[in-house]
Amino acid sequence: MSDWSRAASAHPAEDLALSVETLSGNRGLQIEEKLIFEQDSWGHCGVDLPEPAPFRSRLGGLDRQGAIGLPGLSEPQVVRHFTRLSQKNYAIDSGLYPLGSCTMKHNPRLNEKLARLPGLADIHPLQPISTVPGALELIDTLAHWLKTLTGMPAIALSPAAGAHGELCGIMSIRAALEARGDRRSRVLVPESAHGTNPATAAACGYTVDQIPANVGGRVDRAALEAKLGTDVAALMLTNPNTCGLFENEILDIAAAVHATGAFFYCDGANFNAIVGRVRPADLGIDCMHLNLHKTFSTPHGGGGPGSGPVALGASLAPYAPLPWLVHGEEGLELIEHRTGPAERALGRLKGFHGQMGMFVRALAYMMSHGADGLRQVAEDAVLNANYLRACLQGDLSGPFPGYCMHEVLFDDRFLKDTGVTTLDFAKALIDEGYHPMTMYFPLIVHGALLIEPTETESKASLDQFVTVVKALASAARSGDTARFHAAPIRTPRRRLDETAAARNPVLRWRPEPLRQHAAE
Amino acid sequence: MRYLPLTERDRAEMLGAVGVDSIEALFTDVPDAARLDEPVDLPTAKGEIEVERLISRMAARNVAAGSVPFFVGGGLYRHHIPAAVDHLIQRGEFLTSYTPYQPEVSQGTLQYLFEFQTQVALLTGMEVANASLYDGATACAEAAMMANRVTGRRKAVLSGGVHPHYREVCETYARFVGFELLAQDPAPGGGENLAGLVDHDTSCVVVQNPDFYGEARDFSELARICHDAGALLVIVVTEILSLGAIRPPGEMGADIVAAEGQSLGNALNFGGPHVGLFATRDKFVRQMPGRLVGQTVDVAGRRGWVLTLSTREQHIRRDKATSNICTNSGLCALAFAIHLALLGEAGLRRLARLNHAAAVALAERLGRIPGVNLVNRTLFNEFVLQLPRPAAEIVEALAVKGVLAGIPVSRFYPDRKELANLLLVAATEMVITEDMDRLEQGLREILS
Repeated sequence: MSDWSRAASAHPAEDLALSVETLSGNRGLQIEEKLIFEQDSWGHCGVDLPEPAPFRSRLGGLDRQGAIGLPGLSEPQVVRHFTRLSQKNYAIDSGLYPLGSCTMKHNPRLNEKLARLPGLADIHPLQPISTVPGALELIDTLAHWLKTLTGMPAIALSPAAGAHGELCGIMSIRAALEARGDRRSRVLVPESAHGTNPATAAACGYTVDQIPANVGGRVDRAALEAKLGTDVAALMLTNPNTCGLFENEILDIAAAVHATGAFFYCDGANFNAIVGRVRPADLGIDCMHLNLHKTFSTPHGGGGPGSGPVALGASLAPYAPLPWLVHGEEGLELIEHRTGPAERALGRLKGFHGQMGMFVRALAYMMSHGADGLRQVAEDAVLNANYLRACLQGDLSGPFPGYCMHEVLFDDRFLKDTGVTTLDFAKALIDEGYHPMTMYFPLIVHGALLIEPTETESKASLDQFVTVVKALASAARSGDTARFHAAPIRTPRRRLDETAAARNPVLRWRPEPLRQHAAE
Repeated sequence: MRYLPLTERDRAEMLGAVGVDSIEALFTDVPDAARLDEPVDLPTAKGEIEVERLISRMAARNVAAGSVPFFVGGGLYRHHIPAAVDHLIQRGEFLTSYTPYQPEVSQGTLQYLFEFQTQVALLTGMEVANASLYDGATACAEAAMMANRVTGRRKAVLSGGVHPHYREVCETYARFVGFELLAQDPAPGGGENLAGLVDHDTSCVVVQNPDFYGEARDFSELARICHDAGALLVIVVTEILSLGAIRPPGEMGADIVAAEGQSLGNALNFGGPHVGLFATRDKFVRQMPGRLVGQTVDVAGRRGWVLTLSTREQHIRRDKATSNICTNSGLCALAFAIHLALLGEAGLRRLARLNHAAAVALAERLGRIPGVNLVNRTLFNEFVLQLPRPAAEIVEALAVKGVLAGIPVSRFYPDRKELANLLLVAATEMVITEDMDRLEQGLREILS
């Protein structure tokens, strides 16, 4: 018995919920589901295919021998298996998903429909360019929207995700510096940054120098300026930052960065707060990635695929990665090699031309909203976050004064001496039917709880969430801690032992005899 | 606007609760000079009908693969995707969930990723696989960087048989990440001496099977040579279906497999999104990039799954992480897992045989055309033809006749005259005899 399950027995109602055993092991809509490898379905096939007529193999004697070990299931078994698995997931479709910095907004289904049109889904990136003018038109239209919204002259579309976009941005900065014979060694990153920022800078060969935050939760400008020097290649700044605050000294910061010859990289993960209201180019930014899966509503899909286009200023545009789409004399041209205007281009960062399926969805999203609607997106996202802030600030504890942008940050002072941690609080929210907020990030705040409701939540939805969070805060203060320590109990699984998983990694299924063998 | 639930009344009430008069008051941290007072110069909001019409018009200008005889491959292949795949991946619980950081409410995603990892390990013949990377090309670059970490060396040898896009991605990463890449000249038909390039500074040799030109190759001897020199062998697979027929990399002695999984469950999508597969040996697992799902138990002792070994990753290790990767390709990995579950062992092998049979039949037919020579000695579902004239113009001429014949190798290597007449042709289970007739007839007409 672990501490958690002992704690559970302090609460009679929970004991009941846990102790009622069913004959099948299933509980109502929650069905225990074995792995596909354990379903005793060897030899079945869920796809009817003809057997080819006899022919002479040309594999050169490299035929695969022996069993691969893959189970085969009929279609109804497969559909049931994955349907049951889906029912063990929380999703935006099922409820508020207030993960800060992740922008879990509604994913419009029109976008899914359009991305599946044969003229967009069933085309190959290497078929003759003369047979895909509509694809180039769509990419060019998307680029036009993104360039207009950012105010930047160029956009690199091939990066596959935000972190990949960061890589693209820092590589183009290094290429631009090298082109002027300027070898620099440091990249400045605020302490509140996403982990990908320092990881990206380090991957590109730079030493990462951290900038502390000031008491207001923004970059400490004096500390930043003290660290600037001619060996600094770039500042990587998230704006609005991960505390949900707009960096109000950004113009001065940009000027200081540029004065030393460095570039200003912006992590655009939080662009949703300002889309249509602020153009990054007007903030002095040289380079910024956009997460199409955040601001532009392409589905997160349980962790990808994403898409991370990078907006580039004039000084970095020549170093955009291949391929390039340009307006030539005969219309749109796809440049796949370092020739003509793309002579100084970075090489490829990804196979083919980028995440086309995500481009379609993002463009459909932007066209649906229009310039006016996108502005409303930012306004409603900011309003929703501030509404939560106003409703919750009396019960939770906010580390920084003033209004927030699209997400609101709390720390764990409101849990002081209650015996309840941020983790416990988040897990208790799960029992109330909510996905928790982002926990313990940003790192500069103790026990952080970062809440991003997005603009696609109704007021009623926010009000219900507020009621639940307030009640939980009150329960924690009143010493009703057992429910927190036991939580979650109403989920397919209760708290999982992550330490054991890492200490003795089991990363795949193995048949029983092999598993025994491996243990010997 | 149909996606925004707040009404004007809600907004007014909420502004009141916040204690401000207008929304402008919440944007005062933005410097005046940077605040836009008007919407940007772009079209205004549109309903579903209009957006669908505009984007459908763009789609209609493209020649869809399914509408013509289609023989384009080169790392992405047009296969049948069972209807159940697309239905299941569009379930909102899969489509609209985030990375499974809260495992108690993400067991669905975690379990299918665990199944996916097992499927990839079995297919490649390796011990362990991750929960996917962006695509095959970036997986290939990550493999070279991982080999550098494992061996403590910084020189990778890249075969001329590796997909040119993969090679270019490796070159980009090598330049900025800082390692030496000895990329060999393109080698249609094989015949390169990789073994002679392996020395005690070599971190890895990167090869592809079947190679970019469709040749199935045995790398067992190269694996032995690499291991004798303390280097790793990385095998790239761009047509994952081939492993239903060909001896897997694990049995050839590969240390890392970097592959593209598009062929299972994923449409062509004009090049993305797809799914990078990454597999290795147990002993290297802590040097792997990307997410990993591991098995564990909950407090009640029941089996469950979590993201694990995250001390390798950027959100924990920041500038000391093994890779800057955050996202994987979750939904594409799900499509892969569902398709492979439907096929099963018998279906996968039969599908591979169908592909092989189609390509063998097509290669024999086209190889008999006067002036056309089959370059390959071996092949799976793709091969190279040597034509009497530049392949690019022949492909264009055939496209005018409504046949997408394949890829001129010159599209990747425009400056290499010796490759100008080479045409890369793929045939999958989607190709029917009539399609082959049209291609053969068209080619005969153009060459006569």
